[in-house]
Parts: sequence; structure tokens; C-alpha cells
Amino acid sequence: MLNFILKRLGLALLVALTVSFISFILLFLSGDPAIALAGEGATDEDVLAIRKLYGFDRPMLMQYASWLLSALSGDFGESYYFKLPVSSLIADRLSVTMLLGLCGISFALLTAVPLGVIAAIRPNSIIDRIALFLSVAGQAMPSFWFGLILIVAFSIKLRWLPPSGTDSWRNFIMPTVVLGYYAMPAIMRLTRAGMLDVLSSDYIRTARAKGASEMRVMFKHALRNAIIPVVSLAAVQMGFMLGGSIVVESIFALHGAGYLAWESISRNDLPTVQALILIFSMFYITFTFLADVLNAWLDPRMRSS
Amino acid sequence: MTLATSANSVDPLLQDIIGPTPGQQLRRRFFGHRGLMIGASVLGLLLVIAVLAPVVAPHDPYAQDLMARMKPPVFLGGTWENILGTDHLGRDYLSRLIYGARVSLLIGFVAALISGTIGTAMGVAAGYFGGRVDMVVTFLINVRLAMPVVLVALAVVAILGGSLQVVIGVLGLLLWDRFAVVMRASTLQVRGREYVAAAQAIGASTPRILLSEIMPNIMNNLIVVITLEMAHAILLEATLSFLGLGVQPPTPSWGLMVSEGKNMMLFEPWLVLIPGTVLFVVVLAINLMGDGLRDVTAPENRS
Repeated sequence: MLNFILKRLGLALLVALTVSFISFILLFLSGDPAIALAGEGATDEDVLAIRKLYGFDRPMLMQYASWLLSALSGDFGESYYFKLPVSSLIADRLSVTMLLGLCGISFALLTAVPLGVIAAIRPNSIIDRIALFLSVAGQAMPSFWFGLILIVAFSIKLRWLPPSGTDSWRNFIMPTVVLGYYAMPAIMRLTRAGMLDVLSSDYIRTARAKGASEMRVMFKHALRNAIIPVVSLAAVQMGFMLGGSIVVESIFALHGAGYLAWESISRNDLPTVQALILIFSMFYITFTFLADVLNAWLDPRMRSS
Repeated sequence: MTLATSANSVDPLLQDIIGPTPGQQLRRRFFGHRGLMIGASVLGLLLVIAVLAPVVAPHDPYAQDLMARMKPPVFLGGTWENILGTDHLGRDYLSRLIYGARVSLLIGFVAALISGTIGTAMGVAAGYFGGRVDMVVTFLINVRLAMPVVLVALAVVAILGGSLQVVIGVLGLLLWDRFAVVMRASTLQVRGREYVAAAQAIGASTPRILLSEIMPNIMNNLIVVITLEMAHAILLEATLSFLGLGVQPPTPSWGLMVSEGKNMMLFEPWLVLIPGTVLFVVVLAINLMGDGLRDVTAPENRS
């Protein structure tokens, strides 16, 4: 078990290192960042001065090393646009995105797991069909469009919910639904498949044969085993969702890290973009690592080896 | 049954004894699958419309008429002159939707082709050679999955400038992960089969084994993934264009149309609802086709 965790941890760190290198390299896609920074009408001396100031005149690997070292200590440089330290900018916004992510995954689990369980208990019933329809539609629904529909319906027509802003919990309802619906289809399908699989197994037949009530069979015996892969899928989806928050936050003008990402991308604020890509990747890497460990810990066969 | 009998001219009595050929069985499963048929028809229709866009479109999609801005669609009290109304610059909405199909299909198809080539090469190599190659490929898949797709795509398009080529290139280079995962698993399944061992035993070269023994046997799965990733690419293009960092105006793109209509959403919600619905239906159709293809070609469905 410890061996497995150490191996996974090593892999996670290696992936994180590679991702950090890629997000650093992105800065140089534009050619010379000094020219871009100096803006139009800058003289050669200006460009040269900026190149010196930001250290663009050093070899690329050296720049990467110094960027990575300061990033590790929480220093991502200064934002080109906001003229503030990137780390404090992001720290301000991250709590909103984390809250949105937590709400989203809770919404997805609270709708998808019951639907998946009922669909598995009663295959081909009306609920099974509704669940299937919801999951097929969810995979084809552009989340930006779903968000706009909700705004048209609940903000413009019914006037129940505010269309944008970050002021109260009411601002989080529609973004939660949109973000949660994004993760729902996969979770529902896995719950349904897992339940169907478990329900046809021997120990369920044994539990029924010894006279356990149907409720007890479903919850104590079946769901407990079917839910294991769902938990780790939810962790992975959470990582994906934080990355997808950029779309949802920009529709609802929810001022989180995703909104910051959109702002800084459209303003060519590269240090902020780099830092955000790295941070969102770190979240994904952490969540998948936790999912792997959780999976191993919940599976007795893995625990003993 | 008409299919089975018309497909070849064997004596009906004999036909009963030997039963339908594998090809006939496949065709029957294919045409008997409702989702697959619906998805394929919608996609086929869209393809015809996209190819014939200059003939089908009632107006020039770029022609502005500032005197006729935001005319409502015919079912909301508009005229038959502009069946789906006009946008904020007075351009015919239906014509823009039709030309938008070209953009979406082109991006979806080419991006899936690029990422399919990358992902298949990686997946097949990992599955067939195993060992170090497999380790490297699995690592690269992990790295790719850790990068937030929308964020990276937006950033790269912002740096390089939004154009059709850039969007296709970026999506093509980002969406290969599912190809690599599925092709690796399929190759692993096929690698140990007798026919591969036989080819190895008679001294066939590695490229030959990969191309004529492995590839034909994992083709089914590849086609399914191509279909699903095409839908994925179309969705992502629309998202990028919606956020203003994809295909640039005045190119008709469905995501861009939703974005342009967003400001008038308060008074004219149809400006957003029409292109969004088209996008949703098309992606749904392609997904249905992909799921259907998987059902139809999956070995466990063969009786």
C-alpha cells in the first residue's frame, strides 16, 4: 500500500513538473514577450530595457528554473495588467472558484447517484429513461448556452435569480447547476452500471436469501460497493470542473479564478495566465492522486498487498 | 428481411440453412439501431446542407442591411424573406446558420483527424511495444489530462490570434487523449491473439503487423472515438468562439452567433436560442451516432 502511494506520488510530481514546464513555454509562443510588453511605438531601447527588467535576456532554461523556484515559494511575479502580485490576485479569487466547484460536485452527486441507483433497480422504467435522456442531453449541451437559457428563464422571465455578480448565495445557484450538470452524466452512468453489476453478484443473492429487507440489501450491501468507483470519479471530475469554471464564471460574471483567467487571457496578461494554468493543473493532479489513494484504500485487495 | 434476400441471389431454401452472412448481420444491426439511424441522418443532412451552402442559403451570410436589423423569425411574426430573422447587423440568420455548419463540420472533422492520428500512433505503439514505450505514453496522457483544455486552448488562441487554422491546430493538438487511451487498450487486447503470433512467426515486419494485423482489428473502436471527439471539437470551437477567442467575426460560427446575440438576449432571446439549439442538436446527433456505432460493432452484441 505504502509502495503504491509513493509510486503514485512520484508520478504526480513528475506530471506536475512537466505541466509547469509547458505552461512556462506558452509565454514564448508569442515570439519575443518583451516586444509585446513594450507595446506599440516602443523604441529599441525600451524593448531592451524591458528585456533586462524581466530577465528575458537570460537562457530559457535559466528563466524557467528561476520562475519555478519562485512559483514554489508562492511568487508568480507581477501581473502585467493589474500591476499587482499574481499570487495575491489569485488568492483573492480562488475561494469563489473552490466554493463553486464544491457546490457543483455536490449537486452532481446528489442528483446523479439517486437517479443512477433507481435506474439500476428498475431498468427500462420511466425513471431509467429520464436518467438516460438527461445524461445524453448533458453530454451534448454546450455549458455556455445552458447558462444563457437559465438566465433567460430565471433572471429575465421569472426574475427569481440575479443574472450576474458574486454578492450572495443566490448568485451561485445557476452556476452550480450548469457546472454540476457537466459532471452529472458520467457519474450517473457509472452509478447505474456499478449497481447493475453488483445487484447480479452472489453476495446480493445471499443477502436476499438470508431474508435481509430490500432496503438493507440495496443500501448496506449493494450501494456501498457500487459507490467506490463513483467516489474516485467524482474526485477526477472535480479537477475537470475547476478547469471548466472559466466558461461558467464568465457567463455569470462570478468573480472567481476562472473569471480572472478569462480577463487575463483577453488582456495578454501572461504571468497570470501561466500561474492559473499551473494552479488548475495542480488541482487536477492532487484530486486524481487522492482518488487513486482512496480507491486503493477502499479496495481490500489493494490494502493488504 | 428484404435486405437479407436482396443482398445476394442464393436459393431461398439454401439461404435458410446457412443463415445471414456476417455482412448481412452487421447491416441488420446497423439499420435496426434507432439512435444510430437518427444520428446518422441528421449528420448526413447537415453535411449535404454544408456542402451545398451556396445553393441552399437564401441570402449572402455576410451581406449587412442596417435598415433591417434584428427582424424576428417567421414564427415570431417575421416575414418569409428572412425565415429565421436577421442579426444585429441585418444579416440573414438562416444563411449564417447554414454557412456556420461548414465551419463547425470542418473544424470538428479536421481536428478529430489530427488528434486521431497523434493519439492512435501513441496508443498503438504503447499497446504493442509495452515496456518503456508504454510508460512514456501513459505519462504523456497523464500530463495532457492535467492541463485544463479550455484554459490552454484560450491562452494559445489569444497568443497566436484567432483564425480557423489556429483553432483547428490547437484543438487537434489537445484532444488526442481519448484516442491514445482507447487505442492503447484495444491494441493490448488484440496483441496476444493467434493471428498476430502467426504473423510474427512467419517473419512479418513490425510495420506490417501493425498496419495489416492490428489496425484492421481496432478500426471499429477508432471510428467510434473519431465520432465522439468530432462532437467534442465542435463543442469546444463553439465555446472558444463564444468567449471571443476562437473563430473571428465576420465568419459565421454558431458559438460566435450566440455570443453576438447575448447582448440582445433581454429583448430578443431567439437570437441566442436558435444557434444554440442547432449546436445542441448537431452534437447530440453525432454523439448518438458514436454511441450507436459502439453498440453495433461491439463483439458482445454478436450472437
